[in-house]
Amino acid sequence: MIVRLRNPTRTLEMDGPMAVTALLARLDIPRESVLVIREGILVPGDAMLGRDDSIEIRSVISGGAR
Amino acid sequence: MKCRVCRGPAVIDVRRHNANFCGEHFLRHCREQVARAIKGHQMLEAGDRVLVAVSGGKDSLAVWDILVELGYEADGLYLGLGIDGYSPESERFARAFAESRGLSLEVVDLPTDYGYDIRGAARSAKRVPCSACGLSKRHLFDEAAERGGYDALATGHNLDDEAAVLLGNVLRWQGEYLGRQQPVLHAGDGFPRKVKPLVRLGEREMAAYCVLRGIDYMVEECPMALGNKHIGYKEALNSIEERSPGSKHAFYFGFLDRAADLFVPGDDDRSPIRACVRCGSPAGAEVCAFCHLLERAGGHLPSNGRDVPVRLGRPISEAR
Repeated sequence: MIVRLRNPTRTLEMDGPMAVTALLARLDIPRESVLVIREGILVPGDAMLGRDDSIEIRSVISGGAR
Repeated sequence: MKCRVCRGPAVIDVRRHNANFCGEHFLRHCREQVARAIKGHQMLEAGDRVLVAVSGGKDSLAVWDILVELGYEADGLYLGLGIDGYSPESERFARAFAESRGLSLEVVDLPTDYGYDIRGAARSAKRVPCSACGLSKRHLFDEAAERGGYDALATGHNLDDEAAVLLGNVLRWQGEYLGRQQPVLHAGDGFPRKVKPLVRLGEREMAAYCVLRGIDYMVEECPMALGNKHIGYKEALNSIEERSPGSKHAFYFGFLDRAADLFVPGDDDRSPIRACVRCGSPAGAEVCAFCHLLERAGGHLPSNGRDVPVRLGRPISEAR
């Protein structure tokens, strides 16, 4: 599957199928800090990601002057 | 995962509430949390006119959207910071959101209207960029809310922001800052009422809200903020939250319930407020911090009447 990470934007290729939680664990990404999005739709933690899926892992942490 | 409300397929988990939601009920959850924050902290009253500080990011667009959904008359103000590769794009998201919903958005551009940008101001004033940015935002948003006669200025600070700021302030026991860390600051001394309607929602929830509502926002972080302390505090808190869901909520609301009052300054401790001799805004000295920043950065007050010591109480669009 194609995994697009944001902030900064970069792309990885990962083996599938794999659960969302397993993917995040493999990439060492805390669930609290991201959303997983497939074709514009939120994907819950227990969902399976297919071999041919294209996934966005979107960071939700923002900072700076507020 | 099933939705806690309807038992249909869930799209998001909110571990701090030990709950999963489908899209429809998650949006309802967000609106309910905002309504609860507004009522519980007496932020707004029915019919209030609100100015929303808009950055083009998820939090400010979400709070604007929710306030309108809840029936408030809410206009936006976007502040262009002059940051190459970031400001033009974030302004585009702010404008697109306003246009898509027929909302009123004022745009103030620091380089055009005030003759400086954040990078230059930080260098000249020997401040970190986030400090120069925060000072500029506080002054200009306050000034616009007063000039426009708004009942309140709303910002998109969420639970993660407040918990991270609290952690930073506690680590250094910044008593003065702790005394001001409230979800609502009441109007007075020439300052507008300031409200933070998102304090009961985390930033992951706000990002999910935007995805579900079809709100395009600036995902990329400001290049000036990368690696700053605030983000480091958030990462530390998220690491704790991962092991112990609800920690951020307990930390922040526990502070409000049990400790915040200890840091609120008494009347004798407050610095006297006067009008800045240059711009007329409230200041703790003859010249306000913003005008000092302008001077060091080689900027200027605008020539079109903005930032003058006049409180006209008119909508921003009419005061241009």
